Amino acid sequence: MINALLDKRPRLANWLYGFTPPERGVVVLVHRRVYILPTQLGWLFVMTLAILLIGSINYALSLGFALTFLLAGTGLAGMVHTARNLARMAISVGRAEPVFMGEAAQFRVYLDARSAFDRPAILARHVLSRSQMVVDVPAGGLGEVVLAVPAARRGWLPIGRVMLETRFPLGIFRSWSYVEPEARCLVYPRPERSALPLPSAESARGALRSPTPGNDDYSGLRAYQLSDSPRHVAWKAVARNEDMLTKQFTGEAAAELWLDWAHLPHFNVEQRLSRLAGWVLEAERSGVQYALRLPGVEIAAGRGEAHRAACLQALALYEGP
Amino acid sequence: MKALPHPLSPDVRPLTLRDLTWLSASLAIVIAPHALRAPWWLTLLTLCLYGWRFYSMLSRAPLPSRWLVIAVAFIGMLGVWMEYRTLFGRQAGVLLLMLFSGLKLLESRHHRDGAVAAFLGYFLIITNFLYTQSIPTALVMCVGVFAITATLIGFSAPNRSARDNLRTAALLLAHAAPAALVLFVLFPRVNGPLWGLPQDAYAGMTGLSDTMSPGNLSQLALSDAIVFRATFEGEPPPQPLRYWRGPVLWDFDGRTWSAGLGHLVNFQPPRGAGRSYRYSVLLEPHNRFWLFTLETAASLPERARMSFDGQVFSTSPVRSRLRYDMVSMVNPEREPNETRSTLNRALRLPAEYNKRTLALAEGWRRAGGSDADMLTRALDFLRGGRFSYTLEPPLLGVNSVDEFLFDTKAGFCEHFASAFTVLMRAAGVPARVVTGYQGGDLNPVDQIITVRQSDAHAWTEVFIAGRGWVRVDPTAAAMPSRVDIGLARALPQDQGLPLLMRPSMEWLRGARYRWEALSHKWNVWVLGYNPERQRDLMLSFGMRDADWHKLTAVLFTFLGAMTLALLVWSLRRLTRPDPVQKAWQAFCRKLAARGVVRAPQEGPRDYSTRAARALPAARRPILRIGALYIALRYGNGADKPATARLQRLVRQLELA
Repeated sequence: MINALLDKRPRLANWLYGFTPPERGVVVLVHRRVYILPTQLGWLFVMTLAILLIGSINYALSLGFALTFLLAGTGLAGMVHTARNLARMAISVGRAEPVFMGEAAQFRVYLDARSAFDRPAILARHVLSRSQMVVDVPAGGLGEVVLAVPAARRGWLPIGRVMLETRFPLGIFRSWSYVEPEARCLVYPRPERSALPLPSAESARGALRSPTPGNDDYSGLRAYQLSDSPRHVAWKAVARNEDMLTKQFTGEAAAELWLDWAHLPHFNVEQRLSRLAGWVLEAERSGVQYALRLPGVEIAAGRGEAHRAACLQALALYEGP
Repeated sequence: MKALPHPLSPDVRPLTLRDLTWLSASLAIVIAPHALRAPWWLTLLTLCLYGWRFYSMLSRAPLPSRWLVIAVAFIGMLGVWMEYRTLFGRQAGVLLLMLFSGLKLLESRHHRDGAVAAFLGYFLIITNFLYTQSIPTALVMCVGVFAITATLIGFSAPNRSARDNLRTAALLLAHAAPAALVLFVLFPRVNGPLWGLPQDAYAGMTGLSDTMSPGNLSQLALSDAIVFRATFEGEPPPQPLRYWRGPVLWDFDGRTWSAGLGHLVNFQPPRGAGRSYRYSVLLEPHNRFWLFTLETAASLPERARMSFDGQVFSTSPVRSRLRYDMVSMVNPEREPNETRSTLNRALRLPAEYNKRTLALAEGWRRAGGSDADMLTRALDFLRGGRFSYTLEPPLLGVNSVDEFLFDTKAGFCEHFASAFTVLMRAAGVPARVVTGYQGGDLNPVDQIITVRQSDAHAWTEVFIAGRGWVRVDPTAAAMPSRVDIGLARALPQDQGLPLLMRPSMEWLRGARYRWEALSHKWNVWVLGYNPERQRDLMLSFGMRDADWHKLTAVLFTFLGAMTLALLVWSLRRLTRPDPVQKAWQAFCRKLAARGVVRAPQEGPRDYSTRAARALPAARRPILRIGALYIALRYGNGADKPATARLQRLVRQLELA
């Protein structure tokens, strides 16, 4: 219930949790930020201890006292161990690949143990989406969790608040902490995949020749670059255990297509962006050279993963004319 | 958006085979002693429940329905009721708990149920202590605590190796030990019980009773059980003087002696020049009121009273180990006067039994002589009668004294004491039977005298005008060695004695002495740690009248300090910097001082390359440090020589 309240009142949460988001770089969970409370099971444990104590007094069982006190000490030590399981851990977030609106952004969260002991069973949970994952962080090593955060809007999606929680070792205490690292994921507009024809060539300076297979001239191989489409990787060469190579074509260069905001006068902003995103994907798939024009933004004709990403990013970040 | 189930919540994580194995193994450790005590069918039923749970785990069969579990529980309870006629007695209750551990296991689906079963396991440990709190039990139960704790850890870290979990359990218990010790010493103790205990709570405690019939004591003498231990300040009294006074018996019905009615008197210490002994007694619980003291008590312990016949009583039954300090005087001056009614009671005999004995004593009386003469004649009769001393006396009928004195002529101390007292009374000398213990084993290791049931003894006190009540030991008269050297040597070789009492077992006795010295320490300091002892201990630490306010304050101070120490420990383990990282940071500082500051997002490779370019004079060492750091940090872990090399390189790095 308190958590629900804090989710609604971020400033109260900031004050309570002792940090102001977003936090740059590596976030270290200092003691001030690690909270701990008994779990339901913990209260049951306390009840067990009370019964043991009463039994020991009633029957004057010295070893009963010893057992009760040993378990009480174990509970105390367990509390320290639970807090320690989170304390001074370092959190960082890796790069998240852009996604389309409606998909889920995959944030890679790295938990650096920074300790000589391992930190088992640590739950990382995205507070808003409740996407979560449990990881064991080895001693002095790194644990990785992937949080899938639904992308509901185009543009930059910040990771938001992440809760880290553990109940190790006895399950009778729950220790948790919140972080909100500075990490974001680019969300492209939702591509509209209607089977609309590509805009006709007349609308652009260039002429569109229907791209027919076999028309493209294979011109050779070059070293693979991260932005190359997997369709163009020379898989046969890879299979021969050589380096990744990319096939180059020359024939495609002939066609050039303008994807223009102005083509879609009857739509609102988001619908236009969706349609344009769909066209970008379609154009990339069919292998033509394409260019993008938005009010105030113009991307020259090109092709390939990098070009496609640039176009989609422009669509994602479009702020209006 | 629908909330996902919480993966760390024990409500949703199902028990795995590993969890189940750990759980049932640790439960098995703690119920094993009960299982050996239980009726065979209950042990079998419990084992079946465990087996059933494993079967459904392995065959992926569904667990039995709730109703079936309840039905099994009902059958078990019915069986226990038929066996014990109660469900709430100690034995019945504990055995039901053992059964419930199996039932709980059978309905355990998730980690939460498993954790509840583990807590039940903790509770089962304490039930073992109702039966015995010996050192071996404590050790086995320590293993139980360890196993259950490791099981709980396994629940909260399902992917961790069992070895790691065991190590964590050991670490947790090691961290718990100091807090446990502080709590044990400082937690304000109160005297139980808080409410009524089940009726059979103290069943099965053996020991002297307030009646004595032929065969009682010789049965008791077969038991090796410890009655009490006495620690003397200075030299303990020699064996023949060690008469430990117990119940005094007045009334005789021809066969059985009983204590009858008595009353308490104001204690008056004995006068005289007899030697005094100061000692403390650690009495095992026997569920009776009386305390054992060396004759004759010259002081009274706290919360104790003295009866008119010199017996010391506690104000409540001794139901837990009791420690009391005493002073006793050997051969004091005795009170020469006694009331008429008491003397009359000490002369009463049933006229219809033991006619031959009565006739014999009346003959002596008629022949004339003082009370002292009667005493001598009776002792002479016993000495000259070729009596034999045996732990296995023949069975006697209603005229038990006649049969013993004239027919069987073989008996244990109760036969001698009974017969002698009857002779005295018949001869007109007031006499009573005193039961108690004689001797006790002096442990040469710690100088503590251990008195066992096998030292049970009975003797007589006669009232001689002008001298008061005088102790006469007819057994000693007939068999002097019984009192001088102890029971073991007084009996014919190896006659039915407990193994360790046999003289031929000398080598075993040495080991036993050492073990008993240890057990005594255990009994005094661990098991006998009660409110009184706590107060004494606090006093020796300089804390006067330690009430629960003070104790709690000290306790919480200690616990707080301990938790803090634990936190500091965990911090130290955290902040101890990785030597590789430390060397790298020193390297970065050195370069930063020369103007090459590492950008936050700059990796070690980029940084060292850039630095090498900026500081060409130190190009080679900078690049080597960068490469070495990358290898150590991101390679297959750091090894010692490589780390040392990195540290040396950083130290020797000269940036002119």
